[in-house]
Amino acid sequence: MTTSGSRSILICSGKGGVGKTTLTANLGIALARQGMRTAVLDADFGLRNLDLLLGLENRIVYTAQEVLAESCRLDQALVKHKQEPNLALLPAGNPRMLEWLKPEDMERIVALLRESFDIVLIDCPAGIEDGFKNAAAAAEEAIVITTPEVSAVRDADRVIGLLNTRGIKPIQLVLNRVRPKMMANQEMLAVDDVTDILALPLLGLVLEDEQVIVSTNRGEPLTLNGSQSPAAQAYSNIARRVCGEEVPLIDPAKVRGGLRAKLGRLMQTKIF
Amino acid sequence: MTLRDFVNKLLGRQPASATTARERLQLVLAHDRSDLNPELLEQMRREILEVVSRYVEIDLEEGDVSLETEDRVTALVANLPIRRAKPVVRPEAEPASDSDDSEPLWTASQA
Repeated sequence: MTTSGSRSILICSGKGGVGKTTLTANLGIALARQGMRTAVLDADFGLRNLDLLLGLENRIVYTAQEVLAESCRLDQALVKHKQEPNLALLPAGNPRMLEWLKPEDMERIVALLRESFDIVLIDCPAGIEDGFKNAAAAAEEAIVITTPEVSAVRDADRVIGLLNTRGIKPIQLVLNRVRPKMMANQEMLAVDDVTDILALPLLGLVLEDEQVIVSTNRGEPLTLNGSQSPAAQAYSNIARRVCGEEVPLIDPAKVRGGLRAKLGRLMQTKIF
Repeated sequence: MTLRDFVNKLLGRQPASATTARERLQLVLAHDRSDLNPELLEQMRREILEVVSRYVEIDLEEGDVSLETEDRVTALVANLPIRRAKPVVRPEAEPASDSDDSEPLWTASQA
């Protein structure tokens, strides 16, 4: 952490499509609502989408590319969210940037952002190649997001190994798309299975929630309009935990009531 | 093993898919983390057995060398049932060095 107390947090997963960008958008809004001056940086130059999830795609004038080329100032490229002015997006540049972009470039941009923001969230591209390395170079902390599926957990493990060798810490875990019913029937990896295998502290648990799709359709993150849907609550709780507040984790086994849920819990008892 | 796995076993059914997923993941991650392919592991297994059998007579059929992972530390676990000690043990053998946490751990158990 720098003397200014500003934080840079990488949001990564290894595997694509597990919810990095959705988490970045919702966490960004939730942090901003808590009064944190928050910047979200789309580091996925190849396939940018953060602008779309935040509903800011029509307001982009300049991008990280122009800032790096010094053809515009940082504040000209930043897109401020109208409803949540504490949040600003620095859009990803042209995919052709990938040909010359270096880790030092990302470090420079994030250092600039940290001068005027309390938290910088870096939305990392999928994979573990150059895009990941560039994004990781600028981060001091990381949030790894995964789903309870073998492929996502395996890829998360690779990413955690790389983050460890870079000395990035803390590294915390968000488990996304949890289906309590499948977990109760032991047809989905249990929360403990994933945290034991990856050996990371759990920052949050997000239940599978159709409202996430509805909100991305509209370009309005769930945390923006005070939605009470399960995913909205999970993202808000993650934001509070990022700020150091102690918020208890939900127990997927307790989400469902009734006799069948009780039986499901009984069947999960470890006997030896 | 969970109660559900036990019931499934009694009824001759497949274990719950989450159990299978966990076991498959643990195995594949042990290999991913150590960067050892099965061929190299097999070669290492043969060489380990060769060294150990210089000192003790081991059951080659029952012997097992595998990678196990806990808390992001991968351990090489060798389970080598010993039939009996060989009469001649060479004294110039190197003493076992203190193993660091990051290095493979060795365990040999007697059957």
